[in-house]
Amino acid sequence: MAVAEGAEPISLEEESIHKSANPWADAWHMFRRNKASVISLITIIVIVFVAITATFWTKAGLIDARTGAKARHTINPVNQTAQDAYPDPGICARDGQGQNPYWCGWLDDESLAVVQDRYCFRAAPDVNQKQWCYVLGGDSQGKDWLSQTIYGAQVSLSVGFVGATMALLVGLVYGVISGYYGGRVDNIMMRIVDFMYGIPYLVLVILLQVFFTEIAREYQDSERGGFVGFVLDLNQDMGGLLFLFFALGVLSWIGMARLARGQVLSYREKEFVEAARAVGAKDRRIIFVHLLPNIMGPLIVAETQQIPGYIFTEAFLSFIGLGVQPGTPSWGAMISEVRTRGGFFSNRHILLVPSLALVITTLSFNFLGDGLRDALDPRLRGT
Amino acid sequence: MNQVAPDTLSEHAGATSSETGREIILEVTDLKKYFPIKSGVLFQREVAAVKAVDGVSFKIFQGETLGLVGESGCGKSTTGRTILQLYRATSGSVKFRGQEITSLKGTSMRKMRREMQMVFQDPYASLNPRMSVGRIVGEPLVVHNIGTKKEREERVAELLKLVGLNPYFVNRYPHEFSGGQRQRIGLARSLALNPSFIVADEPISALDVSIQAQVVNLLEQLQDDLGLTYLFIAHDLSMVRHLCDRVAVMYLGKIVEIAESEELYTNPLHPYTQALLSAVPVPDPVVEEQRQRIILKGDVPSPINPPIGCNFNTRCPVAVDVCHEEDPKLEEVLPSHWVACHRVV
Repeated sequence: MAVAEGAEPISLEEESIHKSANPWADAWHMFRRNKASVISLITIIVIVFVAITATFWTKAGLIDARTGAKARHTINPVNQTAQDAYPDPGICARDGQGQNPYWCGWLDDESLAVVQDRYCFRAAPDVNQKQWCYVLGGDSQGKDWLSQTIYGAQVSLSVGFVGATMALLVGLVYGVISGYYGGRVDNIMMRIVDFMYGIPYLVLVILLQVFFTEIAREYQDSERGGFVGFVLDLNQDMGGLLFLFFALGVLSWIGMARLARGQVLSYREKEFVEAARAVGAKDRRIIFVHLLPNIMGPLIVAETQQIPGYIFTEAFLSFIGLGVQPGTPSWGAMISEVRTRGGFFSNRHILLVPSLALVITTLSFNFLGDGLRDALDPRLRGT
Repeated sequence: MNQVAPDTLSEHAGATSSETGREIILEVTDLKKYFPIKSGVLFQREVAAVKAVDGVSFKIFQGETLGLVGESGCGKSTTGRTILQLYRATSGSVKFRGQEITSLKGTSMRKMRREMQMVFQDPYASLNPRMSVGRIVGEPLVVHNIGTKKEREERVAELLKLVGLNPYFVNRYPHEFSGGQRQRIGLARSLALNPSFIVADEPISALDVSIQAQVVNLLEQLQDDLGLTYLFIAHDLSMVRHLCDRVAVMYLGKIVEIAESEELYTNPLHPYTQALLSAVPVPDPVVEEQRQRIILKGDVPSPINPPIGCNFNTRCPVAVDVCHEEDPKLEEVLPSHWVACHRVV
């Protein structure tokens, strides 16, 4: 084959020829340069890891969903009527010597008395060896705040991820269909979105949660069965999370749908899409090969920045008692402890610990979102 | 390949008696493309239409380059895209080697696309930034399911060499290339399926002047080597003169003049063509000094509501009454020289 004259291959240095600059690799390189984002990413990974392995820590005896004593052998119920059957009542922590061999965090005297009523700490083999319990304190019910925080992270993270994933999937499909096919389809689909934008988000979520609670109450008496019964049981097993996911997801996708549609519109008329069409590519190929890889960046960024919103909404709902079911650890429910049982001034850790967890998590997602925006959104690259 | 279809050589615009022996590769007859303007909240109705292409007819012969010139917004690009069925024609016919293609759908259309490809104006927008050069150039082969993976890779390397790029570049991404290199990549992609006809939509107007010559030379070289036929859309008149065998001049969705390249440049008959050519600077100080520019008054009328009669009558320096009443037909006033003007006949 002849090479056109005056068009000899433009020679480049050997090393640059072999250097590949995949846009995704480029984005990763860009992301790594943002220190706050990297730290946030690491923080999120740690939180996710701890949350996922919570059950393991419980089994290992390091934490307990309810009490949080350190080791199996150091905690025993006073008697068999206590909530869980721990064998072998031992010596109470404070009995006799009046000394507490345990470092009991911020647990104040009143709370400690409650705990000691229910659980009696047997002294460690070596009385002088301090044992850890209630590292981050606890509440008047004897719940260990560290364990509660870790289990609460499970709820917050799953709400954040599931909310974001649902919004991304539904919004993406809706927006891409609307933007790509255009015309009357687009017009009708977007009017529906406009209508949904008019619904107050939080009010709808609260009403849905009330609605679900009502249904659950009605079904409680009657014999369970069928699909509704199955869903209710599943929700019960998930500690109320299923309905929470649903309530949060009902409206969360509309913003994403608009964004996805706008992105598709901006790329649909690009010449490379036209080139694909001129070659004979089908709609499916154009959408999946040409449009999606180009529009995903801004969508992922937007969704990452939405995650704190879902976490806050869950915390708010749990705070007012419409979130997770009672007994399921959640940061919002932990904060509401101050509301229901007091301790705003006397037991600051009750408010402080879950709030800090909330702030650290949401801040991390915000910084992560910033970093992703710089890395994935080419329009803002270099600014 | 050499199926001459004499019955398609009807006496229509663009075909000339001296050329009846040559094979017609593309025949466009009274092609119209209107873009509807819609209004209404939910149930939109059509309130008007932009008449981007309003009854265009011409023929392109095997192996030639037809230039399509005109100012911005006159419908050049729309014509090119409608011919390739990237836009569905409002009416009219496009025949490729005698076969009507405006009615083709699905598989038969996809098959036809192997024969005709497009080179785009903006080398920065015409390559998908998320795809490597290898995938971009190989995409037509994947879409048409041609060859094995290895064969496709070989073909891509061959195509890159053909357009003067280093085959090592397959794993690189478009943003790593200059405008001229990107245009070569786009050219390689359009050649992947061995087409016989290429619509080049202002392929050089977004490039540096120094690069323009390279790409034009490459286009000519490829035409010689591969026997390609071009529809070359441009507004750079001197480049068109250099590259094209014949030139069609468009104004407001219509063709006003078609002639052999040299004939058109030396003997422009339509007042619009004359004005257009008078704007080309001459690289000779003596001639340049004497060059009389014909400055057209006013703006191009809106293609939504073009003037009655000849659509150039609002700006024409020689318009008479008949120009405001009757739309002039494209007629052969000299051998191979067609003009749509009441004043010329």
